[in-house]
Amino acid sequence: MISLTVNGAAQSVDADPDTPLLYVLRDELGLNGAKFGCGLGQCGACTVLVDDRPAFSCLLPIAALAGRKVRTIESLGTPDRPGALAAAFEAEQAAQCGYCIAGMIMRAQALLERNNRPTEAELRVSLAPNLCRCGTHMRILRAVRRAAAAMGGGVQESSR
Amino acid sequence: MAGLVLGLIAISVAAVVLAWKPALPPVPPVAAASFDRATVLHGETLARLGNCGTCHTAAGGRPFAGGKAVQTPFGAIFSTNITPDPATGLGRWSLEAFMRAMREGVSRDGSFLYPAFPYDHFRRTTDRDLAALYAFLMTRPPVSTQAAENRLAWPYGYRPLLAGWSFLYVRKEAVDETDRGRYLAEGLAHCGACHTPRDRWGAEVVDRAYDGAWVDGWYAPPLNARSPAIHPWTEEMLFAYLRTGLSPMHAAAAGPMAEVVRELSGVPEADVRALATYFAGLMADAPAATGGKTTTDKQSEADRMHPEGATLFAGACASCHEAGAPMMMQQGRPPLGWGTSLHVDAAHDTLHVIVQGFAPPVGRAGPAMPAFGNDFTDRQLAEIAAYLRARYTDLPPWPNLEQAVSDVRKEGGQ
Repeated sequence: MISLTVNGAAQSVDADPDTPLLYVLRDELGLNGAKFGCGLGQCGACTVLVDDRPAFSCLLPIAALAGRKVRTIESLGTPDRPGALAAAFEAEQAAQCGYCIAGMIMRAQALLERNNRPTEAELRVSLAPNLCRCGTHMRILRAVRRAAAAMGGGVQESSR
Repeated sequence: MAGLVLGLIAISVAAVVLAWKPALPPVPPVAAASFDRATVLHGETLARLGNCGTCHTAAGGRPFAGGKAVQTPFGAIFSTNITPDPATGLGRWSLEAFMRAMREGVSRDGSFLYPAFPYDHFRRTTDRDLAALYAFLMTRPPVSTQAAENRLAWPYGYRPLLAGWSFLYVRKEAVDETDRGRYLAEGLAHCGACHTPRDRWGAEVVDRAYDGAWVDGWYAPPLNARSPAIHPWTEEMLFAYLRTGLSPMHAAAAGPMAEVVRELSGVPEADVRALATYFAGLMADAPAATGGKTTTDKQSEADRMHPEGATLFAGACASCHEAGAPMMMQQGRPPLGWGTSLHVDAAHDTLHVIVQGFAPPVGRAGPAMPAFGNDFTDRQLAEIAAYLRARYTDLPPWPNLEQAVSDVRKEGGQ
């Protein structure tokens, strides 16, 4: 049995220690927000937070997680009471198929928790590891800017 | 230490007298249109070969406008603005002043330049090539920006000391163009600036040329008979590596070398071949070339020695790097054990790549790796590195791995 802390709750799972966190979240814990995209750390659909930093859960063996804090999109709100990012993504209609969105929101959450006044360049560099195959990146950026403002900050023009 | 500094000061006083350099008169800004197009294009190639933009461009800054910090054992030196802005750049430099800077390390105003600017190499460049490089730089968009003040430990901020350095270390020599690869490598491309160890005053140790050295927290491996590579660095492999950032028998370029490859991808093929030929010659007597190296994969032994590293590798690395993984089959990437960084004495290069990942060195497609710095604790990173070393080499374990992880975390800004 391996012990994990997911969204503030202690969990014990019976799985091989090299099992990727993503499989445990989805198959053992019923947390289906994070998605399987490529399984190779190339797309970001599986992004969750580990100790407040974004990580690809498809490549993260649960053996690495003892004593560390995992957060998924389920911890940020509910359909009735969405978090700031989810609300902003809805307001900007930033999802087309929606498959990448949980990963996008978690990566943006990590950025805005650290710095709710990033520059536009910092925002783009920060989100670069996550891909959207529908091509809604411009709306996703708008949604993160809106969320930054809602969280008391805002995205600054990059200075040149 | 104090005695040595005093000695250097004494030599410098003598050298200042001997090597005092006058300011060269400013010239009226030269119109970009006055330069011949073919010369400018030749100069662009030379600027790429010389990797000028990498040091003279700050992160997110305008090309050639300077402002990037070069970390040295003596402190931080900020690169200067080499765009043709009249007030803050080279706009009022004559060709004569430019050539003097490139060969003698003296600025237009007569002050000495720090040898972080590798004029000890650039001096081995022909008049014709320096004139073309000048033409290229003088036709860039001018950017008005003042270089930041250097942050150097006492007494290194005192520039006349540099006259002593120049007097001691820089000898006049004829420019030799007969071997193109040698001409480029020893001159503009300044390969030794990273790959040759330096003495206590920051000068390359001549009789240890290409023995391998540290730069920006990365270890630049030996490029001579001491090369620890597992497969021979043939001309063909070096050409592929320098041109595309991937040698099919070694590994991908990352760190400071990726920036070099990015520039070399845009120069005439013949120049890259010449460099490849030159370095293949320097490494002709390396163990790999003379049959002294074999690849190894001691998986079961490594699994027993480093069970935690084995588990983390299986969960995080194997889906791309294990034999038979889709990424290995489709893209013909070399097995991990073929990369030189596992076979050198320090774990830093291996750890840098795990912590930071890397982008394709050339273009948007090509070898790439996601960053794993957030995924693992320092101890876990050390376990993975120890596992890789045990599995893919016959060398002794890396010492002080946790210290290496901590160094890499600091340098990677994570």
